[in-house]
Amino acid sequence: MSSEKSLAGCMNAPVLKERGQHEVFCGLTSIIWLHRKMQDAFFLVVGSRTCAHLLQSAAGVMVFAEPRFGTAILEETDLAGMADAQEELERTVEELLSRRTDIKRLFLVGSCPSEVIKLDLATAAEKLSERYFPKVNVINYSGSGIETTFTQGEDACLEAVIRGLEPSNERQLVILGALPDIVHDQMLRLLEQLGLKNVLVLPQVRVDEKVSVGSNTHFICAQPFLGASFEEMVRRGAKPIFAPFPFGANGTTAWLKAICDIFGVSKETFDAVTDAPRRRAEIAIEKVSKILTGRSLFLFPDSQLEIPLARFLNQECGMKLIEVGSPYIHKQLVGPDLQLLPEGIIISEGQDVDKQLDRVFDHMPDLTVCGLGLANPLEAKGLTTKWAIELVFSPIHFYEQAADLASLFARPINRSEKLKIGRVA
Amino acid sequence: MKLSVWTYEGPPHVGAIRVATGMEKVHLVLHAPQGDTYADLLFTMIERRNHRPPVTYTTFQARDLGSDTASLFKKACIEAYERFKPELLLVGASCTAELIQDDPGGLAETLGLPVPVVPLELPSYQRKENFGADETFFQIVKTLSRPLEKTSEITCNLIGPTALGFRHRDDVLEMTKLLNSMGIKVNVSAPYGATPKDIELISQAHFNVLMYPETGEMACRYLERTYSQPFTKTVPIGVGAISDFVKEVSEIVEINASNADTYSQLPWYSASVDSTYLTSKRVFIFGDGTHAMTAARIAKDEIGFEVVGLGCFNRELARPMRKFAATFGLDALISDDYLEVEKHIQAVAPELILGTQMERHIGKRLGIPCAVISAPVHVQDFPARYSPQMGPEGANVIFDTWVHPLVMGLEEHLLTMFREDFEFHDEAGPSHHAAHSPGQKNEPQVTEATDNIAENKIIWLKDAEKELKKIPFFVRGKARKNTEKYAENNGFSEISIETLYEAKAHYAR
Ligand code: SF4
Repeated sequence: MSSEKSLAGCMNAPVLKERGQHEVFCGLTSIIWLHRKMQDAFFLVVGSRTCAHLLQSAAGVMVFAEPRFGTAILEETDLAGMADAQEELERTVEELLSRRTDIKRLFLVGSCPSEVIKLDLATAAEKLSERYFPKVNVINYSGSGIETTFTQGEDACLEAVIRGLEPSNERQLVILGALPDIVHDQMLRLLEQLGLKNVLVLPQVRVDEKVSVGSNTHFICAQPFLGASFEEMVRRGAKPIFAPFPFGANGTTAWLKAICDIFGVSKETFDAVTDAPRRRAEIAIEKVSKILTGRSLFLFPDSQLEIPLARFLNQECGMKLIEVGSPYIHKQLVGPDLQLLPEGIIISEGQDVDKQLDRVFDHMPDLTVCGLGLANPLEAKGLTTKWAIELVFSPIHFYEQAADLASLFARPINRSEKLKIGRVA
Repeated sequence: MKLSVWTYEGPPHVGAIRVATGMEKVHLVLHAPQGDTYADLLFTMIERRNHRPPVTYTTFQARDLGSDTASLFKKACIEAYERFKPELLLVGASCTAELIQDDPGGLAETLGLPVPVVPLELPSYQRKENFGADETFFQIVKTLSRPLEKTSEITCNLIGPTALGFRHRDDVLEMTKLLNSMGIKVNVSAPYGATPKDIELISQAHFNVLMYPETGEMACRYLERTYSQPFTKTVPIGVGAISDFVKEVSEIVEINASNADTYSQLPWYSASVDSTYLTSKRVFIFGDGTHAMTAARIAKDEIGFEVVGLGCFNRELARPMRKFAATFGLDALISDDYLEVEKHIQAVAPELILGTQMERHIGKRLGIPCAVISAPVHVQDFPARYSPQMGPEGANVIFDTWVHPLVMGLEEHLLTMFREDFEFHDEAGPSHHAAHSPGQKNEPQVTEATDNIAENKIIWLKDAEKELKKIPFFVRGKARKNTEKYAENNGFSEISIETLYEAKAHYAR
């Protein structure tokens, strides 16, 4: 961190762009946490049996109780004539809404099959919105695998929500990104202590939380994968705030500072509010991260959280980075984190999984962050892994979770050091 | 269009992956978008496989559509061949690629690869996972098998086990032991564990053991037609079925079966007095056709349960299932809609469910114990220990597994005796289950199922309601339902303690 060169960090470093087999989820997968976050919403995927199977496999048993999502599975007859498919969809929605009268927002989620047969879900959503006005608002977006990767599903959903926001000239702060409740509340508490008024969060937990947007709106992303939502906010006249993402003590401080600078919060107030939790976080991280210091790290592309997390693990936990893969790199959004990455590492975008596996075996890193399909095969070859999917479900943002975040990575290393029995599978 | 939340089966290409992953030296190139790679985690996480499934996904994107998805597919085939050097290449399309009609089979053929290429037809919008496995294995057998002399010793093939199958790994071992005890060797077990070279030798066995009709029947029929290889029709799950199976085999290959080692503990465990409490416990059975039917036979004839509901999710077995259920005086439930299954379970209020992962969750919701007998299953149903379903050890495993969720015999009596003891009350649940802690609500929520009765406004008087609470929870649902039915039939508008006991006497068994 001391040399002059590292000021630019990896901002202008060459990015290894790969196109081969991707081993990632599609955007539908975001529904697994979005439907929990938006308590009056239902996500109706218009897709195939594969889409339904993906959702249940990725969800595992976590959400078996009353999931607010489902799949309208296209059948042979729907593919034959397009007029039928529209009617069928209306019938399915009617069936659903009569059973679930608590639903106020219905997302019609496009999939690969619905995109390929050009099923016009946008028009369908408009028609249905009119029909069920004002009880239910029907919104369309695509979570298809031919267009979106994993967390981009949340991005596409949020983008559609933003498109429908009322205009307003109010001076306000909007925060983008679905966060676990505990983190959400902590964040709002911090912002309130900092004296910020008119703080709104998207997506709304309930539709009656009114969020508007306009040229006096400043916004900041709490998640790095919200590129399209970012663009849509800008199109609506809102002004972006850039900062490293709020992971760890440094990330959280920088993120809050960027907001405070825009809203003219004094240094005294800022220090008074953040000093104690920051110090608490630093001490906690130090305890947990001992086992991480000096260890090498390889991140497979998964959620777009990779660059900010690499920043945290390198800068605050002392890990050595080998490769940081991301399904997509939105330079503006992750730029502040990218700048803080050390030079000489591999930054890759997209994927050719077989080649990437060759690289991981060349380097034999101490810790590999990867998807569920790869974790056990890598463990069986002697690597220690951390499943990436946990990072999008768990509370990992802001000061009080900083040490938890570090321990998510420390635990697998700890565990493999504890076990004295080999690992032949 | 069909609204679905949870599905019993994945799409047909998942069946193809189960076959490819079960085999060795086979690779599948699947024309599919990136999200479809989720299928890998079924094998690496749920089944804890130590390697990736041998599948290359083309992961085409929107920008490739209409331009070069076909060349993407060809490139993926060539690279997959070069990297993995399989002895057999399977090619197919998932639901999305089926719509863009690139013809993977035709494309792969133009590449002139030095190994056999099997194109798969996997109609995603009509069929499901089991069909996909059945079809894939059939195509492999059709491509690779050739006429051979029968082996000099008596041999058979084990047909149907796949990756991600419910206890397939252990069933293969158990069947091998059973057949060996009869002096019969296993020629090939497939798809599970077989290489393409093994499949080439498939026709030299004297007969086939069709372990799982769901995934092996097409291949067995083909082998019978083409090489006059008969196949067994009995699936040896349960003591009665094992003995039928042994008889069937001894007739096919004309041997004396007296050496068959079929000894299982199940008959004695079932006969021993502690098991008396199992008598006529009401069970609901649901799963794939094969496992559900074998389970029903065991439940009725080997454990002494009363089967109050029976069905399967795979339409392919609807016909035999209906016929079989009729012998129990039941209408088979054929459905892949878990909400419908849940409704049925609520309506019959069983004391035990034998089902799949789905029914386990339904049971959890309704407070009804459940044992798993069929796919789809989750990670806990791939135990570390040897736990087959077939053969004598399978029967032992089944006895233990089914009885485990229930309150034990003596305990059941004590609960009835001390039903108001504050520590030893029924809501504490079976004493060997830590998870059932006092205070947890275990009462089956059968009240919802009796909605129509509630509409008739039959009122439970306070005393009667209190008395009902004293009945152990595992029969309380049934008692409530019977009493309401009795009241309704007799035109009562209220239920008193008197009515409760009149109903009890009326339904006494
Ligand atoms: S990649 Fe496409 S077809 Fe596959 S599950 Fe996702 S949306 Fe459905």
